[in-house]
Amino acid sequence: MADEIAKEYDVIVLGTGLTECILSGVLSVKGKKVLHIDRNDHYGGEAASVNLETLFKKYGNYAAGTEPWKQYGRPNDWNIDLVPKFLMSSGELTNILVSTDVTRYLEFKQVAGSYVQQGAGSKATIAKVPSDAAEALRSPLMGIFEKRRMKSFIEWVGEFDPKNSATHKGLDMNTCTMKEVFDKFSLETGTKDFVGHAMALYLNDNYLDTPGAAPETIERIRLYGQSVARYGKSPYIYPLYGLGELPQGFARLSAIYGGTYMLNTNVDELVYENGKAVGIKATMTGVEPEMKFETRAKMILGDPSYFPDKVKVVGHVLRAICILKHPLASTNDADSCQLIIPQSQVGRKNDIYIACVSSAHNVCPKGYWIAIVSTIAETSANHHLELAPGIECLGKIEEQFMGPPIPLYEPLEDGRNDNIFISKSYDATSHFETSTEDVKDIYRRCAGEELVVEGLREGIQMSKE
Amino acid sequence: MADTNAPKPSSSVKLVLLGEAAVGKSSLVLRFVNNDFQENKEPTIGAAFLTQKCNLPTRTIKFEIWDTAGQERFASLAPMYYRNAQAALVVYDLTKPTSLIKAKHWVAELQRQASPGIVIALVGNKLDLTSDSTGSAEVSGDGDDNAEDSGDARKISTEEAKTYAEEEGLLFFETSAKTGHNVTEVFTAIANAIPETSLKSARGPGASHAGVSRTEEQRVNLNGPRDPNAKEACAC
Ligand SMILES: Cc1cc2nc3c(=O)[nH]c(=O)nc-3n(C[C@H](O)[C@H](O)[C@H](O)COP(=O)(O)OP(=O)(O)OC[C@H]3O[C@@H](n4cnc5c(N)ncnc54)[C@H](O)[C@@H]3O)c2cc1C
Ligand SMILES: Nc1nc2c(ncn2[C@@H]2O[C@H](COP(=O)(O)OP(=O)(O)OP(=O)(O)O)[C@@H](O)[C@H]2O)c(=O)[nH]1
Ligand SMILES: [Mg+2]
Repeated sequence: MADEIAKEYDVIVLGTGLTECILSGVLSVKGKKVLHIDRNDHYGGEAASVNLETLFKKYGNYAAGTEPWKQYGRPNDWNIDLVPKFLMSSGELTNILVSTDVTRYLEFKQVAGSYVQQGAGSKATIAKVPSDAAEALRSPLMGIFEKRRMKSFIEWVGEFDPKNSATHKGLDMNTCTMKEVFDKFSLETGTKDFVGHAMALYLNDNYLDTPGAAPETIERIRLYGQSVARYGKSPYIYPLYGLGELPQGFARLSAIYGGTYMLNTNVDELVYENGKAVGIKATMTGVEPEMKFETRAKMILGDPSYFPDKVKVVGHVLRAICILKHPLASTNDADSCQLIIPQSQVGRKNDIYIACVSSAHNVCPKGYWIAIVSTIAETSANHHLELAPGIECLGKIEEQFMGPPIPLYEPLEDGRNDNIFISKSYDATSHFETSTEDVKDIYRRCAGEELVVEGLREGIQMSKE
Repeated sequence: MADTNAPKPSSSVKLVLLGEAAVGKSSLVLRFVNNDFQENKEPTIGAAFLTQKCNLPTRTIKFEIWDTAGQERFASLAPMYYRNAQAALVVYDLTKPTSLIKAKHWVAELQRQASPGIVIALVGNKLDLTSDSTGSAEVSGDGDDNAEDSGDARKISTEEAKTYAEEEGLLFFETSAKTGHNVTEVFTAIANAIPETSLKSARGPGASHAGVSRTEEQRVNLNGPRDPNAKEACAC
């Protein structure tokens, strides 16, 4: 079998998370010869979807000798995401899926609703995030006068053109802050909160006071509006059988264009020459006998877990995966939804997100819902308390899986010195826009050109074998 | 054989290919779909997903044929590949004994992992390299006057493979992708063996059985034209 591994590849990719699989797929389509390795026996790395037995074993929250997953039907009927995210239906990941034809391997469904909480505790209201002027006028989130102000703000967002100062309301978009823009429309704090956090999807309030950030905020609000307009119910879509299907789809794309795939393979050593990575020594396990091999590459890509001394921790995410037997309250019995609790509503600096999916997405048996509550850690203890406002929204919980805070890594260097290009951890945002930015950034660094998403599979070259 | 008038019920069937490298999986599909064959075909690159209709007297089956894309080489096939497969073509090369061992491994894996109703066909390919390929279309092997010239590279007897297939309840054929011998027959036999109950109207990849039709309306087609009522700029 070892003779089927080439002496040299253009690229070795380590880890089969979504970022890595998109890059493998794209590089293979562009004619690069790719070897893609994962130490696990499954695709997806940190962003895999796992079955219920695997989830119990990963978190270890059961008594030895018991098999609690057995009361929840067949473990394989469960596909539980380790990282909760949705796709924006007009977002960049959708564009990449379409331009690479990976859509042929996947099926998507709309997420039924996007909700936001106003107030806290017993005074909390949960309401649908209004996505257009008509919904704004019906929304319980605002009083009658505020509704009109919101309507004119939303209409203005639709007309805004960064290049046409006549649409800038007399503000200098290079220097003004979003707060000044909101103030032009006299929007109330509660309205700013759901616009900034549930539509522009900022995790905290830093965007409000950053000079020159208004056009980006407006662009994000428009992406939200366009995404809702595309299918109607919410801006989000979700793949049947869980997010773990996404890396598998891009891995298949890579394989179709000649990429070589090896799971169950440990990287024993990165090989350097003159300070630059030139290859790896690795062992494929799960076969008898184990297969040791060595191969070279012009560059190495991978997720942070393969390069522990080349990354730094930039924060921690708290996450609780909860199994429910009912939909979330106040969501009109939605089979799926996102609920955002903006930070200021519960006295925090970072929002709390709840992502909820169900059997409608083939991720669990009928009658169950999977709700994942997450936020960025703000304390070094009491993590349960930080998630509590989100957990309280869930009602009765059948099972809860919560581990220690999850570190978020970023590479120390951009890779141009050592030919090692490292991705960032999946962050706390509720969608994939930052992951696709990372894909484009890594592509720019390693390929020396911009990744053009449009028409990716047109005029492609086949890799030579 | 295309029957274009009388509209018959039509359904999609996901069919997956399994088998050792170079046994002729892609060649069988190429023969079935394009009636073509390539000598010294490169290992599979670029062919993702082929579709071909099979017209039966009472219905039309549209095969969605998934090639492994080489991901089986290091035991790295993704669960996505098997998901909702209703038929599997397990191919071996009847001039190569190890390929039947590999085929039996795949059959066991399918019986363990796949949905219980899956139709499995065991196919011994490269029949043209054996002495019983010429003359009669049957694989009986008698009356073969060209046996000497063509040589006989057969290493796996029909009897051995057939007995195994019967024990395991598999369809069984010996084929040549090169000459086209028995290729259409394999797919027709699979189409006939797909239970009527597991057929629903045509659907996309991964779509499956009756149980999920309730939520069908929420499925989205990312490739389709956008909702004409949706405004491009913003939902405002
Ligand atoms: C050779 C082989 C190797 C495999 N290896 C792996 C592996 O390494 N890891 C792994 O995780 N899985 C693996 N699988 C399993 C595979 O990914 C699917 O889970 C399996 O094929 C689905 O069948 P099932 O056991 O769920 O059967 P059933 O659920 O009984 O299937 C009955 C039918 O209903 C369909 N169906 C079932 N549930 C749903 C649903 N919720 N919505 C729509 N349709 C549904 C099925 O697709 C099938 O057609 C493997 C399968 C095979 C054949
Ligand atoms: N003589 C003969 N050669 C065949 C036949 N079928 C395939 N071949 C040859 O066998 C080789 C391998 O065929 P492929 O169809 O690429 O095999 P595969 O199983 O798809 O291989 P991988 O994609 O690498 O796993 C090619 O050189 C084909 O030309 C056949 O029926 N007879
Ligand atoms: Mg092939």
